Amino acid sequence: MTTRLARGGRLLNRGRALEFTFNGKRMTGYQGDTLASALLGAGQRLVGRSFKYHRPRGLVASGAEEPNALVNLGEGGTFEPNQRATTQELYDGLAAESQNHWPSLEFDVGVANNYVSRFLPAGFYYKTFINPRPAWKHLFEPFIRQSAGLGRAPKERDADVYEHFHVHVDCLVIGGGIAGLAAALKAAEAGREVLLIEQTAHWGGRAPVDGAVIDGAEADAWVKNTVETLEGMENVRIRTRCMGVGVYDHGYVLAYERLTDHDPHPDLPRHRLWKIRASEVITATGALERPLSFAGNDVPGVMLASAVRDYVVNWAVSPGDRTVVVTNNDDAYRTAIALKEAGLEVPAVIDARTAPEGPLVERVRALGVRVETGRAVAKVKGRAKVEGVAMTMQAGEGAVLEVIDCDAVAMSGGWSPVVHLWSHCGGKLVWDDAQAFFRPDPEKAPTGADGQPFVRVVGAANGAMTTADVLADAGADAQAAPEAAGPIEPVWIMPQGAGPELRSKMWLDYQNDVKVSDVQLAAREGYESVEHTKRYTTLGMATDQGKLSNINGLAVLSRSLNAEIPQVGTTTFRPPYTPISFGSIAGQARGDMFQPLRRTPMHAWHMANGAHWEPVGHWRRPYCYLQPAETVEEAVQREVKNTREAVGLLDASTLGKIVVKGPDAGRFLDMLYTNMMSTLKPGRCRYGLMCNENGFLMDDGVVARIDEDTFLCHTTTGGAEHVHAHMEEWLQTEWWDWQVYTANVTEHYAQIGVVGPHAREVLDLVGGMDVSKEAMAFMDWQDGELGGLPVRVFRISFSGELSYEIAVKAGYGRALWDMLAEAGREVGMMPYGTEALHILRAEKGFIMIGDETDGTVTPQDLCLDWAISKKKDDYIGKRGQARSHLTDPERWKLVGLETVDGSVLEDGAYAVAEGRNANGQRNVQGRVTSTYRSPTLGRGIAMGLIRRGPERMGEVVEFTRTDGTTTRAKIVQPVFFDPEGEKQNV
Amino acid sequence: MLILRCPNCGIDADETELAPGGEAHLRRVGPEASDDAFEGYLFHRENPRGVHFERWRHAAGCGKWFHAARCTQTLEVFGTYSAQVTDPPQDIRDAITARRPGWRWRDIE
Ligand SMILES: [Zn+2]
Repeated sequence: MTTRLARGGRLLNRGRALEFTFNGKRMTGYQGDTLASALLGAGQRLVGRSFKYHRPRGLVASGAEEPNALVNLGEGGTFEPNQRATTQELYDGLAAESQNHWPSLEFDVGVANNYVSRFLPAGFYYKTFINPRPAWKHLFEPFIRQSAGLGRAPKERDADVYEHFHVHVDCLVIGGGIAGLAAALKAAEAGREVLLIEQTAHWGGRAPVDGAVIDGAEADAWVKNTVETLEGMENVRIRTRCMGVGVYDHGYVLAYERLTDHDPHPDLPRHRLWKIRASEVITATGALERPLSFAGNDVPGVMLASAVRDYVVNWAVSPGDRTVVVTNNDDAYRTAIALKEAGLEVPAVIDARTAPEGPLVERVRALGVRVETGRAVAKVKGRAKVEGVAMTMQAGEGAVLEVIDCDAVAMSGGWSPVVHLWSHCGGKLVWDDAQAFFRPDPEKAPTGADGQPFVRVVGAANGAMTTADVLADAGADAQAAPEAAGPIEPVWIMPQGAGPELRSKMWLDYQNDVKVSDVQLAAREGYESVEHTKRYTTLGMATDQGKLSNINGLAVLSRSLNAEIPQVGTTTFRPPYTPISFGSIAGQARGDMFQPLRRTPMHAWHMANGAHWEPVGHWRRPYCYLQPAETVEEAVQREVKNTREAVGLLDASTLGKIVVKGPDAGRFLDMLYTNMMSTLKPGRCRYGLMCNENGFLMDDGVVARIDEDTFLCHTTTGGAEHVHAHMEEWLQTEWWDWQVYTANVTEHYAQIGVVGPHAREVLDLVGGMDVSKEAMAFMDWQDGELGGLPVRVFRISFSGELSYEIAVKAGYGRALWDMLAEAGREVGMMPYGTEALHILRAEKGFIMIGDETDGTVTPQDLCLDWAISKKKDDYIGKRGQARSHLTDPERWKLVGLETVDGSVLEDGAYAVAEGRNANGQRNVQGRVTSTYRSPTLGRGIAMGLIRRGPERMGEVVEFTRTDGTTTRAKIVQPVFFDPEGEKQNV
Repeated sequence: MLILRCPNCGIDADETELAPGGEAHLRRVGPEASDDAFEGYLFHRENPRGVHFERWRHAAGCGKWFHAARCTQTLEVFGTYSAQVTDPPQDIRDAITARRPGWRWRDIE
């Protein structure tokens, strides 16, 4: 039973009790507690179940490396799964639930997995995916789905607020233990601008817990002094609860500040993501203790020795009345001392080394603790809690010498420097044989833009394992007495001759349930690379990313492969150091702030007149305008009919508009478009196609020649920016000697389409320009005045109707729109949206970029050969279009499609062909690119790409439907309406 | 997250301001080109572990293109220079030689 001790707890404020709940049960802790320490203090040892076998699990660690104690936290809009109890500070009213169990933490049916564990070996998923197939579908998957899963996905929108900081700093120090404090002080005293961050709420790291003495005083005093000094310096900023997440190219660092997790507040940002550029990054991230691999090392009550020490010293929590310490190094003896000083029993220290000696060992012996050397744990007794340990000889196979009663086990397999941040951006590691860990290789640091190292590691993270060494490594003026310590003896399996029975109970990765036997099996099955073994066994792939399991796992692997650890190497460390919230990554970019919204000058009018919006790029365009009691489908059909029969009004302002100007503008556009633009006369318009160098169609639009040196190129709504960039790329990087300037003036002008049989009457009613057939022919443009406003009128048509597009300075857009709308009343004008626009163009067989094209379609595929100049030597895409595959007569080409029964084909439906492919799927011979119900023709019409389509007019082809049936459609010309163009030629 | 100095406006631009443009100093071939030459121009790219020449555009800045010479392995930047050249200028080559004696990229050294 874990309990709160009557005295002690250096981080506790016993004057302030805090109420919280765990699985609905009310509990009490103190200010200064983490959720983990509060749970232990309240006697709650069982905190979760493992992922695969649903074994009962307790706390193993006291910090970010904790693999087991993941909880669901909060509710509703603040609900969040997978929160680490060890890094969650306690607050009044905190509500936590354990995860991974069904139906309850104490009684879990998934634990049956435990008893079939020999059927769930390493690589189970891969093996079972293959054979037997029915077993996967009917047996494994339903079972695994019900019992697996880490936490629950939040259902409600995140109610919290997040933000980003952008910071440039000379020297960033990550880690607020004594190494980080000393390094920050040194840099600050040298006059450098310093930012020091610490992931926990406290400064000093492990030193105060471990009883370090600095400059003759307790570490706490030195830490307090140093923090005060730093706080008083103008060139220093310090932050707690702020973790170094990742180190990236050229001194870029992300840090994650948890502002209100310890004291929730609805109006304040919960997390803040710091985006830092630092000239130098000093990582002082300490070290993590490694577990030992003995049978039953996952039974609740088995903890890291350092964590036991933390709970006793920091939070006055007893891990149990009787704690056995198991170790291969001197450091764990500190735990025995801490337990004894707290008045708790230490029945034995089981040391795998044959002759440990040194001051710590002697002190423990002097305290009257039994020290067993050359010994090991054969097995932990107990299932849901520790009841004792069976002791054996480390050199043997596990024959039990004695069972020692205890209710907790403190284990230490040595320490591993936290080298994550060093490794993120390319820092290499070296294996330190004497200390049995990987540490940063100072010769192979991450380098910056100048080729010089920009990351420095100090303290335990650099392999300095005593207080004196840490301070010296950080360049501190402060000093500590040198410590004599006995050497560590690497122990990767306990006992070293353990057989299969024991090895299948030795956990490496607690969260993903990976055991020593799994890694050995992977090695036997041929997985020699540590990266492959990781993926095959899932070792280190859980949310703790192998902080505890990494070194033990690769040591077991290297043993199985008869290779040395440095040869096997370690897996790649990748950011983030620990998981960070999605909210912090998004910051304020959510909801209305997610991305800028582009509105035309007529936006408010559309809004007031029933616009049903459609996002087009960053723009919002009316899809249609809903009248009372009308469906979207009805509105679209009405708008098409009204435009064909009377007149429609279209907001075309979103069309891209790029001015291309200069003596070489014509020559340039001849290269850019497939057809000839240099021969266009001022005052005239020409439809153009733009391809990339591969030969594929990328954009289209009408080009107007303004004067000898000036062209106005219209692009698709979404295309203005990338077409402009495309132009600039060629001008700047290929033809930089050509005299051409471009300007994207899309937003400078509003553009309004007046479309339909009465279009000319509407312009005449507004008045000011002669737009008669004689004065303005099809594909002419003119500058003039309408209703007193300076306008440019283009007589162009994307609907087959008599049509004028009127450009006006954006500031006049709404005024002109209002005038046209008012004048149009008399002739039955109605606005129409993008869907009517699409139907109008499809009835005429006009292509739409993004519907008929997808980046793999050439103009020739779309039978647009008339718009490809035969006279030009070259244009962008000409050589690409001559490639053998693009000239293949078997290519799918554009045709019209008419369903036999008049129904509407499904969007993207495939035309099926004879036979089946190697996967047993029906062969295909084409696909639908656009499909609509045409109100003009009263039937379904479609365009599609069909193999040799134009040669197959009249043939009936079958098209897929999502219900598994097919629809028959006849191949026809793509122009469904007014093929002679009589309607626009008036 | 690289920082490259835009030689057009002089700003040390964060990678988020920049758009990558792939390999530098490609020679465009037109309609007269053989299949092999066109394939080389369109698809074949260097993929060095070490010295590399790239095109970048200061897209969210001055909008101009430029060239960068850098090491893909260590992220060292040897220099940035005008987009309006067909080969790396001598000062850039010298800067690379000072840091990577004996370097070679395509047939440039
Ligand atoms: Zn620039």
